[in-house]
Amino acid sequence: MVRAVAVSARVSAVLALLFFPAILSAQDWVKTGTSLGVEKVRLAVPEFKPSTADPQNAALLKTFNDTLWNDLDVSGVVELVSKSFYPLQTPGQPPEVNFLAWNAPPPNAAMLAFGNLGVTNGRLTVQGWLYDVKNIQSPQILGKQYGDAASDAAARMMAHKFADEIIFRLGGGIQGIAESQIYFVSDRTGHKEIWAMDYDGSNQHQITHLNSIALSPRISPDGSRIAFSALTKTGWEIMMYSLDLNRAVGFPHMGGTNLSPAWSGDGLKLAFSSSRGGEPEIYVADASGANLHRMTTAKGPDVSPVWNRKTNAQIAFVSGRTGLPQIYTMEADGTNQQRMTDQGYAVSPNWSPNGQFLTLAWVRKYGPGEPGSSDLYLMDIASKQWVQLTHDGGRNDFPSWSPDGRHVVFQSNRSGSLEIWSMLADGSKVQQLTFTGRNTQPNWSWK
Amino acid sequence: MKKQSKWILLVVALCAAMTLSACKKKVAPPPPPPPPAPPAPTASISVNPTSIQAGQSAALTWQTTNATDVSIDGIGAVQPNGSQSVSPTDSTTYHLTAKGAGGSQETTARLTVTQAPPPPPPPTPSVTDEDLFNQNIKDVYFDYDKSDIRADQQASVQADVQFLGQHSNISITIEGHCDERGSTEYNLALGDQRASAVKNVLTAAGVSAGRIKTISYGKEKPFCTESNEACWQQNRRGHLVYQK
Repeated sequence: MVRAVAVSARVSAVLALLFFPAILSAQDWVKTGTSLGVEKVRLAVPEFKPSTADPQNAALLKTFNDTLWNDLDVSGVVELVSKSFYPLQTPGQPPEVNFLAWNAPPPNAAMLAFGNLGVTNGRLTVQGWLYDVKNIQSPQILGKQYGDAASDAAARMMAHKFADEIIFRLGGGIQGIAESQIYFVSDRTGHKEIWAMDYDGSNQHQITHLNSIALSPRISPDGSRIAFSALTKTGWEIMMYSLDLNRAVGFPHMGGTNLSPAWSGDGLKLAFSSSRGGEPEIYVADASGANLHRMTTAKGPDVSPVWNRKTNAQIAFVSGRTGLPQIYTMEADGTNQQRMTDQGYAVSPNWSPNGQFLTLAWVRKYGPGEPGSSDLYLMDIASKQWVQLTHDGGRNDFPSWSPDGRHVVFQSNRSGSLEIWSMLADGSKVQQLTFTGRNTQPNWSWK
Repeated sequence: MKKQSKWILLVVALCAAMTLSACKKKVAPPPPPPPPAPPAPTASISVNPTSIQAGQSAALTWQTTNATDVSIDGIGAVQPNGSQSVSPTDSTTYHLTAKGAGGSQETTARLTVTQAPPPPPPPTPSVTDEDLFNQNIKDVYFDYDKSDIRADQQASVQADVQFLGQHSNISITIEGHCDERGSTEYNLALGDQRASAVKNVLTAAGVSAGRIKTISYGKEKPFCTESNEACWQQNRRGHLVYQK
């Protein structure tokens, strides 16, 4: 345990320095220590106020306020001041801000996000400000106005945009993720199809209608195409769906069993597993399917490749060449294959946006009499040191990094059914995103 | 006493003599009438309907009177009155002979048989190739996370080789299946290896590779959904499927 803590401390220090520049983790097993001298900004977010008398305001305000609060809460960048500490009078406009009511205890806020929302003749307008309430002379950090035809989706999108502006400024200049998408597999229609949703679980909608089995959706870096694997008349093939055209587009059938596509960070290449030559091996092709090259030759299944999306120079993958599946890395030309995990059953590697970490699903102690829970781990690639991210039992699998590198989305049966959850990359702020049917294999968009 | 008996005998004799002499000239009485001549038998026979298709049947009905010996050609002795179902394959004349003390009587009924349309083709033979396949082919089971053929599965493999050798017209699909443990993508790759392992052992034994398709289902289509070893073993298999 001492070793694990030490490992945790080291990885977490790296994590905090490179990765969570403004985060102090609250969890003991990710022991970052207070010596780093960083604290999350205390941000107060009173509910936005109606600016007109339109009857649509109430419902849109609820959507906007809930979405904004959740975006900021799960961002990992700020500490939201509990609403129970707020003064009775909250501002909807800059002149209404009472600085002393916010910057002193009980709220003791450093920042205040406030604004108003109103519908006029069917058009929704939102005004939002971010104030540094400790700086009374020059408090405004951000002032934004958004307008669109009034709808629930528009109110949600405006909240996402405003949240991302705040997170960008308070989170060390890293773009927020409130407008990102998560692609996943759901069987709620009776067949496993590819679905999409907003990063917070709203707006879930079906993408494919194959009435077969579609698995392993992987969104392209530019967000225009989804590569996935589907059971076709000729077996498991890689398929390509265009989100611009809203239909499947051509991709050559490879023969054999073709699984688990993965985009290179530049969007030019795809790696995937194919048994076209006999055994399931890792292949790399152009995004068009041309120029196919085999990268592995080992006995045992090789599957689930993922690129180092920062360098495009390495690929991590799963191999059963020594028995139970383990995580390996190799250069993108297939050389220098290295085993990363030392024991158990390790699958589903996913490379962090900064190129330094893998998340993976790992049953470290595997075999008869073992509990067999599959947890998510974070591994520092250079040192192979790891920390455990989930501790709640059940089977957790298919972690996928958010574009800001602060979050991980994954599948878990901890609720009794296979659903999609998200959390901060230190294991905190765990949130269930899906509730209907069995939902698996989430894949977070690249931006 | 003796004198009285002599006297009685004398009187009786005298009376008798007188009686006999008095009847001398009378005609002899007629003989008793002969018994009446026996009546002639009657007979009728009919068939209903009078025309059938081959394979159908008709009711043959007959009545006789005053007959002691009734027979129908082709059927034999029958009761004086009766009915019988007949289903000849060709047109037939039923010839009834009723014999009695008063003679004999004959009568006929004709049943016309038309040939049925050709019988429908016999139903699909009760045992098809697919039935034979399902009776004889054995699935091949695997150890956890393994795709090599277990020693205890050799008998199943041999049975499959023998059957496929005897039925060279049959093509098959080998499905590779895995238990619910483990991850979706790895299990699909593992299932692919299991299907290939069964294919390889069949082709090595002489089954043409062109007759064998393989597909992996990973853990997507389990045979059994409980979370215990008995169920998991059911799901770790190469499943041989008849290919229509």
